Amino acid sequence: MKSARWSIPLAIFVVLMAFLYIGLYRDPREVPSPLIDKPAPAFALSQLHDPERKLTNADLKGKVWLLNVWASWCASCRDEHPLLMQLAAANAVPIYGLDYKDKPDAGRAWLAQNGNPYTASAVDLDGRVGIDYGVYGVPETFVIDKQGIVRYKQIGPLTLDSLQRKIMPLIKDLQK
Amino acid sequence: MIPELGHFALILALLVALAQGTLPLIGAAVGTPRLMAIARPAARAQALLVAFAFGCLAWSFISNDFSVQNVAANSNSELPLQYRVAATWGSHEGSLLLWTLMLGGWSFAVTLFSRNLPQQMVARVLSVMGLISVGFLLFLLLTSNPFDRLMPPAAEGRDLNPLLQDPGMVFHPPLLYMGYVGFSVAFSFALAALLGGRLDATWARWSRPWTTIAWSFLTIGIALGSGWAYYTLGWGGWWFWDPVENASFMPWLVGTALIHSLAVTEKRGAFKSWTVLLAIVAFSLSLLGTFLVRSGVLTSVHAFATDPARGVFILVFLAIVVGGSLALFAWRASSVGLGGAFGVVSRESMLLANNILLIVAMASVLLGTLYPLFLDALNLGKISVGPPYFDAVFFPLMAPAAFLMGVGPVARWNQAPLPEIWTRLRWALGVAAVTALILPFVLGRWSPLIAFGLFLALWIFTSTAAGLRARLINSRRGNLFAALGANSPSYYGMLLAHIGVGVFVVGVTLVKGYEVERDVRLDVGGSAAVGDYEFKFLGVKPGPGPNYRALTGTVEVRKDGQLVQTLQPEKRIYNASGQAMTIAAIDTRVHGDIYVSLGEPVAAGEDVTGPWSVRIYLKPFIDWIWMGAFLMALGGFIAVSDRRYRLAVTRKATVPAGGAGMPAGAD
Repeated sequence: MKSARWSIPLAIFVVLMAFLYIGLYRDPREVPSPLIDKPAPAFALSQLHDPERKLTNADLKGKVWLLNVWASWCASCRDEHPLLMQLAAANAVPIYGLDYKDKPDAGRAWLAQNGNPYTASAVDLDGRVGIDYGVYGVPETFVIDKQGIVRYKQIGPLTLDSLQRKIMPLIKDLQK
Repeated sequence: MIPELGHFALILALLVALAQGTLPLIGAAVGTPRLMAIARPAARAQALLVAFAFGCLAWSFISNDFSVQNVAANSNSELPLQYRVAATWGSHEGSLLLWTLMLGGWSFAVTLFSRNLPQQMVARVLSVMGLISVGFLLFLLLTSNPFDRLMPPAAEGRDLNPLLQDPGMVFHPPLLYMGYVGFSVAFSFALAALLGGRLDATWARWSRPWTTIAWSFLTIGIALGSGWAYYTLGWGGWWFWDPVENASFMPWLVGTALIHSLAVTEKRGAFKSWTVLLAIVAFSLSLLGTFLVRSGVLTSVHAFATDPARGVFILVFLAIVVGGSLALFAWRASSVGLGGAFGVVSRESMLLANNILLIVAMASVLLGTLYPLFLDALNLGKISVGPPYFDAVFFPLMAPAAFLMGVGPVARWNQAPLPEIWTRLRWALGVAAVTALILPFVLGRWSPLIAFGLFLALWIFTSTAAGLRARLINSRRGNLFAALGANSPSYYGMLLAHIGVGVFVVGVTLVKGYEVERDVRLDVGGSAAVGDYEFKFLGVKPGPGPNYRALTGTVEVRKDGQLVQTLQPEKRIYNASGQAMTIAAIDTRVHGDIYVSLGEPVAAGEDVTGPWSVRIYLKPFIDWIWMGAFLMALGGFIAVSDRRYRLAVTRKATVPAGGAGMPAGAD
């Protein structure tokens, strides 16, 4: 009894550590998306580099593609950008960009500076399409299959780990 | 070459820290003076090595050495010099190195100011600090080497995040870390005392100045961070209950409790084991804060490093340091005992009540910060806890604490008769209550919350004045200056810090109560009336900056037709990153700020010459918030200047004044 009392702080701490340990293996950004295994919401938006032409997801039926939501004002987009560049260079999968709530000039300037990994980018000036896709933080990346079904969603920047472990195997699988 | 030298210095520092962390501890246990004597030189050598490594990293930033990965990722050749220096701690690796540097600095300070301490104590204190240093050096070398090279070298750096390119970045992190890490000294003293089984008034007196200085730095650090967020984030808020803010605020709350608890232990020999526990908890929360910020378990605007490997390392480190010290506490504290008894109404009981309120406040902040994590770990879903929770829980806890702050200093130690307290404070209470009821009418709008907030602030002022007055009368010196001189610096430090809290409460109350926030659309030449002021928008002009392009708006502020101020809020686009930043223009006065920031051009596209949306905020008395924090810190520094702490150690604590006349120092 006497010594138990002095151990209370230690006991509280042990419980706290257990939670912190579990928390470490949870990704606070990994929020289940209701879009998984549902058709990707339709859009038809002006292309960033050719505003006369529209980019629609109907045109992309029949191939597996990545939709990467980015913006020139987004800091963590710069973290994932080198990975996207590598991915584009490897020609593994076409990457389409959704320039989210961004000024087209700023977006073009940003790509000119950092390199353009996108087959094409659509301009989501007012963030309407972003709402349809449930975007609540930039960057986000969607894997969409040949039938236009969303198969995976990554919230936050891509990492080498997420690419190697989840996204690339998934794409290989879908491309069969 | 320079980065490799820095890397090498870190490895040497680790080896020295290992010696510092083990040999003197063994020496103290078996009683070998030669082993204990290693503590001082080892601590100094380790501090100098870390300082050298830090200098190497700073040099790499200053000289734009983009072959160092850390520099390439966080700096740019266009970056002005002061921000290249600040970029040294702008990254995860750099900020950890800063942490270690601070720890080295505090250890060095302990070697200098410990001449009066028994050798065993010094050996144990420096050993514990050495062990903490081992942990951080290992963390740096194994998972976060700031000197990693980039092959091939980058032609140009990616630039420091524009949010961090601000004078705030130069001062806020070093001061904050000074405070954070400074609690390691009180922590080490507590562990040394537990190991030696000697927990007495002398131990409390040694710990007090270190704790108070660390707390003062932490106070300034937090206030600077808050002020920085206020003018750069463009929302006009000064506290967001962001996990990282909370991480710095929790050690502050416990540190505040610790300062008061140490006073009781020194003066009365009471609260012993409680004080030790607080010393352990304050530093543990500093470490926990580091874990939360660095591991990415929580999403936050500050989280720029998310790497599970690092998270696991810090968690293990946390388990060893905190778990170890709490186990030591469980094992040894029972032999220390609770210390002296005291009456139900006494200065001790009030300080204890304040302590408990502060700890409960800390626990509720901790709960709010970790709640999303708990729910997620239990598979109950993902949620986020926002300011509504914190506001609802925090202020009801702080209000009684602020009230007790007025009573505590005038209450006697051991036994404080209520009628006596009433006699001393009734005028203070009356004046504060009446003024608080009337003042809101004068200020414009009466509401119960404003009146209550003002009452608390005024109560702190009037009760402090009443306490000082009673002291001066009781000193029985004819001359006012002689009477003032009879009190110790630590007493005046306490008064000043308490007044600081009052000033802070005024700021918070009046900002919450009377702030005006408007988002208006303004044509060039158009104007808007907000509060008593008329704002005329004269358009936006582009211009160059050192490493950005700026759009500068001009807004004339008039009151009753008279020009008060011309404000120039800016939008900046940084060259290297292309990121946009909003710089608000603020006109600061004693009675409040006029805050103007640019929103977006209203017209679609790039036409910046047309109408703009402009944010206009009136923030009455907001600067009192930071002024209050500054006064608290100043009070801390003044308290530490007390001669008592520099005298040779006497075995016995100050004899309390006992029954006669006024209670002995509140200090």
